[in-house]
Amino acid sequence: MNEDCSYTVFDESTWISLSEVCRFCRVDHQHIQEMIQEGVLAPTGTSPQDWRFGVQELKRIQITIRLQQDLGVNLPGAALALDLLEELELLRNLTKNLDIAG
Amino acid sequence: MKFKDYYEILGCAKDTSQDDIKKAYRRLARKFHPDVNKNPEAEERFKEIGEAYEVLNDAEKRKAYDRFGSNWKAGQDFEPPPGWDTGFDFHQTRQGYAGAHDFSDFFETLFGGRGFTTDTDPHVGPRGFMSRGQDIHAKIEITLEDSYSGSSRTITLNKTVLGQGNRLISHPSSLNVTLPRGIIEGQQIRLEGQGSPGMNGPSGDLFLEIVFARHPLFNVQKRDILLSLPVAPWEAALGAIIKVPTLGGLVDLKIPPNSQNGKRLRLKGRGISSKSQTGDQYITLIIMTPPATTQQQKALYEQMSRLFSFNPRN
Repeated sequence: MNEDCSYTVFDESTWISLSEVCRFCRVDHQHIQEMIQEGVLAPTGTSPQDWRFGVQELKRIQITIRLQQDLGVNLPGAALALDLLEELELLRNLTKNLDIAG
Repeated sequence: MKFKDYYEILGCAKDTSQDDIKKAYRRLARKFHPDVNKNPEAEERFKEIGEAYEVLNDAEKRKAYDRFGSNWKAGQDFEPPPGWDTGFDFHQTRQGYAGAHDFSDFFETLFGGRGFTTDTDPHVGPRGFMSRGQDIHAKIEITLEDSYSGSSRTITLNKTVLGQGNRLISHPSSLNVTLPRGIIEGQQIRLEGQGSPGMNGPSGDLFLEIVFARHPLFNVQKRDILLSLPVAPWEAALGAIIKVPTLGGLVDLKIPPNSQNGKRLRLKGRGISSKSQTGDQYITLIIMTPPATTQQQKALYEQMSRLFSFNPRN
């Protein structure tokens, strides 16, 4: 590990605030609010000040941004793709486990 | 340096219209986007597609590239003829897709490095153009054992840095990364300032997403380890104590009498545990029946069929 480099692990114990999430993902508050309205994100907490985002949320934000930037899809499109990708991953995991059991 | 056939990469002919080039690119980008396509080669393909599009979508670059004619084949050793680019002006354009930080040497030599990419906030200050470096998102494949006991790993990244004459060049740099005990797939490590360097601004960050390598014995579900354990019919019927592999070594597992095929047993705390979370190991019994080959073995099965009034289809 480089001594001069700040090192953060995002795991289940990670709960980051709105401003941190914006800093880590290089997006503005507005973009996050839109994702919440679209149902992409469901942070804990009732007001923007006490919203907390978990590691899964962080990943969803990153993928949504990449899909929007790279493929030129709009937010509802990215949200739909994200849901389908997660479902696909779930099914892949299931079949992988079936493979091993079979 | 190898020649790259950008038309072949996009699956287009030399006379394909700009519109159709764009369509081909879009279609392939969707197909090979690393978030969509889990194939390990997808990222490489995605970069290649982006590079091809960067050239063929730009009328000037395409024209210059077309000068090479069809004499070159993909993978052939290639040096551009001197003065090949006279009369062309490659303005630096921004393509802006995630993950592709390094174009091929072929591209770099011909088109002098891609446009300097910025994230969201390039501002023109009194000292001219300023931008922070791009974040790098990469996946790091680790073994279940790495996570079970914690580990460290030296990684090599191709970073785009500003070289002589303000040209962007690809430069490998290595970095030692600590993998904390209990880190699991999908979790991330952020290394501040280890992304691409900025232009008169701070460097970007490096995000490493954990991916588990396939294990020869175990499957994994979040923190839980899954193992299929073959057992003999008598072990399942009479009960037994069997040594089973776990990430921490062999452990005695008690098979209760009259266990059926597919029964799941749990070894508590033998999965991937972190400071705050515990994982278990789940064992699924697979009952294997020994083939009857000798007379004696056949007789024994026959005896069983008389002794047990057992019909598995009831």
